[in-house]
Amino acid sequence: MEIGAYSFGDTQLNPDGSSRSTAEATKNLFDAIVHADRVGLDYFGVGEHHTVSMPASSPGTIIAAAAAATTQITLGSAASIIGTDDPVRVFQQFATADAISGGGRIEITAGRGSSVETFPLFGYDLNDYDELYAQKLDLLLTLNNNTTENVTWSGTARPSLPDLAVVPRPVQGSLPIWIATGGSAPSSARAGRLGLPLAYAIIGGQPHRFAPLAQLYRQSAAAAGHTENIKVSVATFGLVAPTKKEAVERMYPGWVNLNVEMGRLRGWPAPQKGAYLAQVDAPNAYFVGDPDDVAERIVALHGHLGHMRHFFQGDHGGLPHEYLMESITLLATEVKPRVERLLAAK
Amino acid sequence: MHPTIGILGAGRVGTALARQAVKAGYRVRIATAQPAADIDLLVNIVTPGAQAVDASEAAASDLVIVAIPLHKYRTLNPADLAGRIVIDAMNYWAPVDGVHDDFEADARTSSEVVAQFLAGSRVVKSLNHIGYHEMEEDDRPAGDPERRALAVAGDDANAKDLVRGFIDRLGYDAVDAGPLAAGRVFEPTTAIFTGSYTAPALRALVQHPLAA
Repeated sequence: MEIGAYSFGDTQLNPDGSSRSTAEATKNLFDAIVHADRVGLDYFGVGEHHTVSMPASSPGTIIAAAAAATTQITLGSAASIIGTDDPVRVFQQFATADAISGGGRIEITAGRGSSVETFPLFGYDLNDYDELYAQKLDLLLTLNNNTTENVTWSGTARPSLPDLAVVPRPVQGSLPIWIATGGSAPSSARAGRLGLPLAYAIIGGQPHRFAPLAQLYRQSAAAAGHTENIKVSVATFGLVAPTKKEAVERMYPGWVNLNVEMGRLRGWPAPQKGAYLAQVDAPNAYFVGDPDDVAERIVALHGHLGHMRHFFQGDHGGLPHEYLMESITLLATEVKPRVERLLAAK
Repeated sequence: MHPTIGILGAGRVGTALARQAVKAGYRVRIATAQPAADIDLLVNIVTPGAQAVDASEAAASDLVIVAIPLHKYRTLNPADLAGRIVIDAMNYWAPVDGVHDDFEADARTSSEVVAQFLAGSRVVKSLNHIGYHEMEEDDRPAGDPERRALAVAGDDANAKDLVRGFIDRLGYDAVDAGPLAAGRVFEPTTAIFTGSYTAPALRALVQHPLAA
């Protein structure tokens, strides 16, 4: 089981509640990835987000920088919002990072994004949402599966590629490309039919309820004749601290800030502490605890989903950076060995 | 004999409603824009007990629930749904799903716009203000003092009665909010949409002269 982290960037707050700089948040994210590599974390995902509070707008850029500064960790987007980006540029950026890394530890995760801010930002029409995603995913896969530099593709979502060079090629010929989904059944079936690994983003409710979806994914893949590369990963909220009490207290202020910000946009009422506390224990969605608690919950969920990677976002709403760094250390050095021990004993 | 339930949409809302309706003992047929065979596996695994059908067959049910993203409402077939009781479980929620001119430029509720498109159908607005994972967790037996209530708005009294009976069997109290236009009080950003209420509390919030 791989253990990892993911982040959209997390702009720090001043004591008066005002935002510190997004540049600082970007540097903090880079530092967190380098730290994760040093302490032995398996995976770090950088999500594409375009807000002041979560400013990791350019995953490919951060990952290219991190590729040069790390030696073992697998790096990927979590996710790249390909519907409103150019798959040629996304592929080129990640293939570039792959070259810099020496090859074999750079991935792309393609997603739709849970918010729609990229549509006005990049000038796309939401009515084209499904068509943009379908065509651009097809192009991304075409680029990745190509065996030569020159690529031929045609569609309406982007100018066609009549035997044009798209360089560089990945060191090992292609990059792992994952599909991200928040858990709709048709998305799980589609990923299976395409034979692509699938990342579930589970941000609320009870994660074990995704078990039928993972089963649908695997059976859809089998029905389409795909046997290799059928993998499930899981992304959840999570923060590890020396004690459960500290972990729950550390994540709470950021959770409030995140919900106040989203509530302002979406018309939610003020967040209630009860709603937070209802999520922090098994079998619920927030993996916030000490290493024993989090490891046990990962293993329990593994019994339902059979996932091969579990990665966590703990930094949102201005989580003090040192808490993120400590959580990353504990994930790599305390949680991972426990997970391996518990899985081996099963 | 229970009414048959047709569900259009196999996303998170459609599949949660399908499971809950199967649990309540209904015959449930579920469809997407794809042929039935394309969602057979999905339905067998994710909504066991329901039947995968083509959209036109799902539309030929006593109660039809529309649970597709609202921006796709024009992919519905008004002829298939003519004369049917249609529950509109969709929402216009621009900050989440983006701006859509059909709803942004129209002062009416999203359900009235949908009802105009489905001119031959008896449209009832409901099931839109409960989260898809709450649907399978918040149900309680009738009479439970903690039982959650769901609002129902529509212009056809018989259609609303059938919908209210369905909601009751799903494990929720149904509260009549009045005509379809009164559904405004449980659209996104309202107190009803963002909260969870028992029937007395919901009735107080609905505050419509025609509310039960």
